[in-house]
Order: sequence, then C-alpha cells, then structure tokens
Amino acid sequence: MIRPDAPVLLEIRDLHARVEDKAILKGVNLTIRAGEIHAVMGRNGSGKSTLSKVLAGHPAYTVTGGSVTYRGENLLELDPEQRARIGVFLGFQYPVEIPGVSNLEFLRVSTNSRRAEKGEEELDTFAFEDLVRERLKVVQMDPAFLDRSVNEGFSGGEKKRNEILQMALLEPLVAILDETDSGLDIDALRIVAGGVNQLANADNATLLITHYQRLLDAITPDYVHVMAAGRILRTGGKELALELEQRGYDWVDQELAALAAEVA
Amino acid sequence: MSASLAAPAAAKGAWLDAWLADLPAAAGELAPVQERGRQALRQSSIPSARHEDWRFTDLSLLQALPLAPAAPETAGLPAPDAGVLRLVWSGGSDPLAGQTLPAGLQQLSPGEIAQGLGHTLAAAGCQEHWPVELNHAAAERVLALRVTSRSQLSLELVSAAAEGLQALRLLLLLEEKAELDLSQWIEAQASGLHSLVIEAHLARGARLSHGLVALGQADAALMAHLAIEQEPESRAQLSSVTSGWGLARLEPRAVQVDGAAHTTLRGLQLVDGQRIADTHSFVEFKGPEGQLDQLHKAVAAGQGRSVFNGAVRVPRAAQRTNASQLSRSLLLSDRARIDTKPELEIVADDVKCAHGATVSSLQTDELFYLQSRGIGADQAAGLLQRAFCEEVLRELPAAARSWCSLERLLESAA
Repeated sequence: MIRPDAPVLLEIRDLHARVEDKAILKGVNLTIRAGEIHAVMGRNGSGKSTLSKVLAGHPAYTVTGGSVTYRGENLLELDPEQRARIGVFLGFQYPVEIPGVSNLEFLRVSTNSRRAEKGEEELDTFAFEDLVRERLKVVQMDPAFLDRSVNEGFSGGEKKRNEILQMALLEPLVAILDETDSGLDIDALRIVAGGVNQLANADNATLLITHYQRLLDAITPDYVHVMAAGRILRTGGKELALELEQRGYDWVDQELAALAAEVA
Repeated sequence: MSASLAAPAAAKGAWLDAWLADLPAAAGELAPVQERGRQALRQSSIPSARHEDWRFTDLSLLQALPLAPAAPETAGLPAPDAGVLRLVWSGGSDPLAGQTLPAGLQQLSPGEIAQGLGHTLAAAGCQEHWPVELNHAAAERVLALRVTSRSQLSLELVSAAAEGLQALRLLLLLEEKAELDLSQWIEAQASGLHSLVIEAHLARGARLSHGLVALGQADAALMAHLAIEQEPESRAQLSSVTSGWGLARLEPRAVQVDGAAHTTLRGLQLVDGQRIADTHSFVEFKGPEGQLDQLHKAVAAGQGRSVFNGAVRVPRAAQRTNASQLSRSLLLSDRARIDTKPELEIVADDVKCAHGATVSSLQTDELFYLQSRGIGADQAAGLLQRAFCEEVLRELPAAARSWCSLERLLESAA
C-alpha cells in the first residue's frame, strides 16, 4: 500500500559494505515507508543477501560507507539484539539449528526482549503459551514443534514457517525476508506467504529478497528493485518482476556495461 | 601405562610423609586396608608429569590442602522426594545409624565385606592406583550394601564437608536383576581433599544408574575412582558432573567380565580460573557382544584446563563388541586448554568401535541467530552453553538432575 505521506521507516543512503576484503555493496539507496512491501530481486552474488545481513548487523560484514536510518535513528551503531528489539527483523535464508535450546524457551526469551523494549510487561510461561498457540495459526504449525530444539531436524518448510512464527511474535516494523521462498514446495509457499500477508499492515513494512516471481504471485509488492553489482539498478512496480521473469537478467548486464562505459 | 606405583621415583612429597606420620594407628573394620594403603604410599612416589596418566594433571595443589579429617556440613539441597532414602555420608560416622533400609536393600555383613572389598578394584585394574591407595590409607569405614530389589529403588548419598580430608568408600553388590538409581552429591564447603572410591558388582541382568554431582572450590580437590564389574545382560550407567574444583580427577572404570553387558558413561566437567578437571575412563570387554555408549563433555573458560583420556580395551575374546565414544569440548577462552585423547586397544576383528573428539568455541552463526531475535550476547552465550551441558545433565538420575541447575554449576565453576 503506497501512501506518499506515510512515515519513513527505513532510509538507506549510499550504503557500502564488505565481507573480509571483498566489497559487496557499492552504493545502495532505498527508502521504505510504513505500509509498503518491497521486493529486491537479482542474480546470485548481486548483494541481496549481504544487504539483509548488514541491516541485521551480522558481525562478518563491515560497513565502509553510507548510512541506514531506522525511524530517525542510526541503525548501524546498534548491536544486532538492539536492532531486533526496536523492530527490525531478519527472516533467515538458512535458519540456524541450535540443538539443546528449546524452541519454546527461545521464542519466549526473544518475545520478552522485544516486549521489554516496547515497555510491555514480560510474559510468564503460561501467558506466553497462550500467545504462541494463537500465533501458531498464522503459519498452521503443529504445537509439537515448540517442544523441539530450535530448528533441529525441521524440514526446509518447517524452518521457514518457524521464521514467520517468530515474526508473528516479535511484531517487527521492518521485516526483511531473505529468500523465504527457497526450498519450499507449493503448499508450504502458500502457507508462508499467507503468514506474511496476514502480518503486513499500514504501520509496518516488508522487504522481500527473492529470485522468483512465484513468491510475488502470492505477496504483491508495491515496489520491485533489481539489484546488480552491489547497487539497485532499477526500481519499478510489480510489473518489473514479470518483465524479469520473461526477459531474464541479460538486459541487466547490458545496462551495467552501459553504465561502466558512461563512467569511463 | 597405568599410574602404577612402580613408576620411576619422583620427588616424594614431604607433606605426604608428614600426613602419614600424623595418622592415628590403623583401626576398625578397615585396619588391614589402611595398613596396606599407608605402606603403598610410603613406598611410592606422588604421580607427576613423568607418569603418562598424569602428564597434564599437576597435583601440586594437594600439598597445600589441610588433611586432618573433615567435619561434616549440611548440604544445601532440598528435601528428598517422598519414599526416597537419603543417607548423609561423611566417611567418619555411620550413615545407616538410625535409618531403616527399604525392602530390597541390606547392609553387608563383616564377612561379606572382607570377601568383597577390593574385588572390583582388582578386576578393573586400579587397586594400586595412587588415589585408591590414598583412600585405602585414610578411609575409616565402608558403606557396604546389597541390592536385591527388582523394582527400581532410589537412593541418595549426600556428602558435604568442612575443611580437611573426607575419604568415602562404597561397596555395592547388585544381585541378579536388581535395580538401583543412585544419586550422589559431594560438596566442598572449605579447603580440603575429597577422596571417593566406589566398587559396584552387577550380577546378571542387574541395572545401576549412578549420577555424581560434585561441586568444589578453588582450594579443594576431588579424587574419585568409580569401578564397576558387570556380568552379562547387566546395564550400568555412570554419569558425573564436576564443577569448581581446583583439581578434580575422575576415573570411571567398567569391566564386562563376560561381555554381553551394556555400559553407558556420561561426563561433564566445567573449569574456569586456573582449575583442572581430568577424567580418565577405562572400559574393558572380556567377552563378546558387549556395548559401550560414552559421551564426555567439557567446558573450559578462563585459564582452566580440561583433560579427557578414554581407554577402551577390546581383546580377542570380545568379538561383536559395539562401542562408541565421543568427546566434545567447548573452549570459551583463548587461555583455557583442552587435552582429549581416545585410547582404543582393539584386538578382536569383528567389532564396531567408533570414536570422535571435537573442540570448538561458541558458534558465531548460532550466537547471531539468537541475537537477531533480540537476545543479548551474554544471554545468548548462556543459552548455548546450557544447551551444550543439557545433553549430559538430562541423563542423570532424577534426584541428581534436580540438584544440578546450570546456574549453580556455572557459579561454582567461576
């Protein structure tokens, strides 16, 4: 939902970042307002996943230039846990298995850390169980998953549903979903996309990172961005994703070559 | 290769001579055993880095410890569950005084003790180990019990000591198909040495689950030998959790006398500061179709040092043995040290013997995942550490499990 007067939630300006000695992001600009759904598409290696990890504060990535402002605050100077507490959420492409840590306990501790930041009271075990049982419905998940270790032995689809369950509990204002559709069969994709749609509202925003149009058939984006060589090369509406699906990415190479020629 | 007392002479500690000279004359039911232990200690050297089995484990803390008999203290434990017998065991007084033993549990007669004492230690090849001789020299009593109960019986042994030496000796005979859950608590409340020697004989089809939770402090040492002898079809599980000892040396030793038994070993040791924890385990299959399932875990922080040596002997007679041993260590500081070594001696050719060892620090990806959900770095590290320990804690017998909150372990370790 595009409302030009909606408040800006996330403002990325000329963002540069590297991992080890390799520069990956080379000047990303993106403005996300409340109520909007953005999709970032692009080839492998274009910098999509790096963008998501930099926004979440992964320690392996170093920001070398530019700024990221979240609701007026400098996001880049915050620890990962603080970013999560104030409402930035990263749905992982590969959710991590943590044997021995109970999923229920994990969900409760994380939910309470977000609630504490919002000035809400902590939920005890019983109150939390009520809440989590209600939110399980968002992703049609079996309560039995709560008793298992975090993501341990979950199938690909179960892991992604568990990510959306976490999103449902944390109620972020900006949710960055990194290839949430990868590894999902059609039924699981429908459930996960349905969860994302239920959670999207006028006050929050979603940034979908994906390779495929099929996710965007289920979640309609307001903006589609094409990323290449560490930058956003083109921005358009949902029709841009369809164009990509039909034409592939070869034209991206041509535009990049043209840009390089211009600079030279 | 064992720490036999015939090893090359090392400097004999003056502290040990002084202690031996100060001991009261051997007396009571264990007088012959005391004489033997004292004689052995006089003629031997204190194990040092020159002995292969003590290469990484410095015993110099012992010379600084007060070794007069320790007075018992009250352990900070909740009351036992209804129907569970808890014995307060100090080594000095009779833990059975005033107690009514439940059906299926009896005290052994002096004749039975004389016959049984030392049998399992000899079978497990450790009757001449230095820590065992130290226990021989000092222990005034033996707690000697026969288990005949064929339904699960739960027993708690609780030892907490003030300053000094506490020498505990236990002899258990489990008759055919007898079952016992034994939860044991050892707590140092002041500087001192805690010596423990357990012998357990499991007749055919018997089942023993022993869980030791031992919490010490920087100026206290624990030296424990847990020896079990298993007849076929018996099942034994030895689980131990140690934390906080300036020096802890644990030797779980199991011998399957005719194979065809099941042995499970679980160990967790936490070291921080400049503490040392050392587990030397030994399992021998003297017949075919025996099974071993062993998991040893260590968490080393600060300048702590953790040692694990897991010996498994599979002679020619032990065909179709199925043994697995895994050592997993968590290194939380770049100044902590972990030495871990499997020691498999396999002669039989038709066996499955798996072993593995891992040493790692907390995984960056796991930490980041937890942090990305709003969980602070310290709390995330705590959750991961708890998860690491949980795999051993959850296998303790029920009472020992309830005593063993990770918070308490970590508090003790630091």
